[in-house]
Amino acid sequence: MTTYLVTGVSVLGGTPCDLLLRDGRVLDPADAPRDAVTVDAEGLVALPGLVDLHTHLREPGREDAETVESGSRAAAAGGFTAVHAMANTEPVADTAGVVEQVHNLGQTAGYCDVRPVGAVTVGLDGRRLAELGAMADSAARVRVFSDDGICVSDAVLMRRALEYVKAFDGVVAQHPQEPRLTEGAQMNEGAMSGVLGLVGWPAVAEEAMIARDCLLAGHVGSRLHVCHVSTSGSVELIRWAKSKGWAVTAEVTPHHLLLTDELVATYDPIYKVNPPLRTSEDVAVLRAGLADGTIDCVATDHAPHPTEDKECEWGAAAMGMLGLETALSVVQHTMVDTGLLDWAAVADRMSVRPASIGRVFDQGQPLQLGSPANVVLIDPTVVRTIEPMESQSLSRNNPFRGMELPGRVVATFLRGRPTVLDGTLL
Amino acid sequence: MRRHLLSSADLTRDDALEILDTAAELLSLADRPIKKLPTLRGRTVVNLFFEDSTRTRISFEAAAKRLSADVINFAAKGSSVSKGESLKDTALTLEAMGADAVVIRHGSSGAPHRLATSGWVRSCVVNAGDGTHEHPTQALLDAFTLRRHLGDLEGRRVTIVGDVLHSRVARSNALLLSTLGAEVTLVAPPTLLPVGVSTWPVQTSYDLDGALDKSDAVMMLRVQSERMNDAFFPSAREYSRRYGLDDRRFARLPVHAIVMHPGPMNRGMEISATVADSARSVIVEQVTNGVAVRMAVLYLLLGGSTGGQPTAEEAAL
Repeated sequence: MTTYLVTGVSVLGGTPCDLLLRDGRVLDPADAPRDAVTVDAEGLVALPGLVDLHTHLREPGREDAETVESGSRAAAAGGFTAVHAMANTEPVADTAGVVEQVHNLGQTAGYCDVRPVGAVTVGLDGRRLAELGAMADSAARVRVFSDDGICVSDAVLMRRALEYVKAFDGVVAQHPQEPRLTEGAQMNEGAMSGVLGLVGWPAVAEEAMIARDCLLAGHVGSRLHVCHVSTSGSVELIRWAKSKGWAVTAEVTPHHLLLTDELVATYDPIYKVNPPLRTSEDVAVLRAGLADGTIDCVATDHAPHPTEDKECEWGAAAMGMLGLETALSVVQHTMVDTGLLDWAAVADRMSVRPASIGRVFDQGQPLQLGSPANVVLIDPTVVRTIEPMESQSLSRNNPFRGMELPGRVVATFLRGRPTVLDGTLL
Repeated sequence: MRRHLLSSADLTRDDALEILDTAAELLSLADRPIKKLPTLRGRTVVNLFFEDSTRTRISFEAAAKRLSADVINFAAKGSSVSKGESLKDTALTLEAMGADAVVIRHGSSGAPHRLATSGWVRSCVVNAGDGTHEHPTQALLDAFTLRRHLGDLEGRRVTIVGDVLHSRVARSNALLLSTLGAEVTLVAPPTLLPVGVSTWPVQTSYDLDGALDKSDAVMMLRVQSERMNDAFFPSAREYSRRYGLDDRRFARLPVHAIVMHPGPMNRGMEISATVADSARSVIVEQVTNGVAVRMAVLYLLLGGSTGGQPTAEEAAL
């Protein structure tokens, strides 16, 4: 296995130093062998490989939109060394067999660790618990369970799921959406939905569910993770739940940190997503919540869709947008360049904490001697225009297209092996 | 004027007045034995209707034919659309057939906008009603009708009553009538006013009786039967009692005030039969005016590049 000597790199934005990546570990540069390949990283920032808690890889079932391989290539290109593959595939990832299949496909592809998320209920139908224990005990070692896309709205079922996963240190990742309040919902409910004549998705539908789930998690003493928090009220509720000492964590997507519902006025379904884009006030509160740690992490909710599912009228279009290859740039633009986070905090929100929530033990480690060599090198000085056709994803539903965003992934190392080098996917 | 008519918000006051003045010229045509102008001869207007709406469709059809355009009626139910053809493929088909204007009615808000901005077609796009968004030619014909009865709309008080939340007619009228200087009041139960209505250029009220005395015109909106099963109001009877224009309320209107309805009406629900048939009801006239206004829209979008009145020669024909 090739040894890499990364020279002059600024680890977490600190003083430049050298990193030796050898045998899958970060080792002492003084021990660099003569045949080590030098990577000149002057001016680059090194972070531990990014970990995404929320990715849709679409396989099995929708290989026209994405496969485990294409999605993990996109992940590597975006600086990720681990992703959590959501369960809403066809068939649903609700058995040990399906999660092991996804896990194996990830290992075969080899671009990043693919951690399957198990469904909470059989077929995501919200009626019977899936065999959570079997998925936890499988070779995929599932720790995150979610019906993402659909909310576990039945309070009893949610309570039982929260209780049950305690046996194997699991976490229930809830998609908070009160179903009756959001029937036929197309966009954020507010001034824009009234003008555009689109059915509104009110903030209260998210917040009411988060409040209930926090109370349930507190009551049964289990771990709750709140997916894609999108409203200012949700941030307040999560802050309150944490103040109680409850094991509640939360994520925000890059698109909710940057885009607003004003974009829906174009009626271009590229901006159709669930939960919907909210207002600029919500964006400001989400950024502040991520900065102060109320929101634990950034998760992409990378949701590939084939062209025909977006090239239509708004009402008929699928919900979701790509995110893996732009996440770091959006975070730099919204959080770093604004002074809200430094690079050490970005590492915390995009690697350390998501790895901890997902119980991915060899990811999200500090870049110190002996750590697993999961590293991303980024050039924060580059400004690039987002070009959807350059994506590794099979899909092109990129809402950031044409935008000028800072930062570029120069190299990604997965346990010492480069998946991206010189800005090129290997 | 812009190349498309998608929303009343696209119209400046001057644009709107140009359409209304042109429509007034064209309306005089309706009284002639030969109701036809050669203006759009050789041009093709496609009526692309994804929703049933016989009255709007025939109004546009009559308008285009009176301007000598070739008219193609493309009804979703009788075409491959019902078998699942996409809006894009339908649009490309129309483009290939050489449509100069596409008049589109669609159940999905924003579909005309999508058609106009996607690059699928080069033709002018006219929104003939999209979902719960807008219906700008209805607002234009309403403004036209109001002006014929009330003159300049500056400072005139128009009360729009009913299901504003789901009404494209209300949205388009609120914008256009405000642009023309009218004071618009939307009256509805709180459940049927959209969130964010406070940002609209209108007043709102939950109390119809309080709004009647000062109204120069009252526009009643149709209540769709499906609203009754989704808790927007307790019952048709209660709705009618609180928000229906019955004979008692009609008697309280100023004597010059007119009564409007975009049709089709639920007689006995939002409007009583006596009121609908009264001399101050202009509901049938709205239909006549609809043809003239749609002629003006097609004429200005397709015919007059910089707009303007029909030439004396044309008007004389």
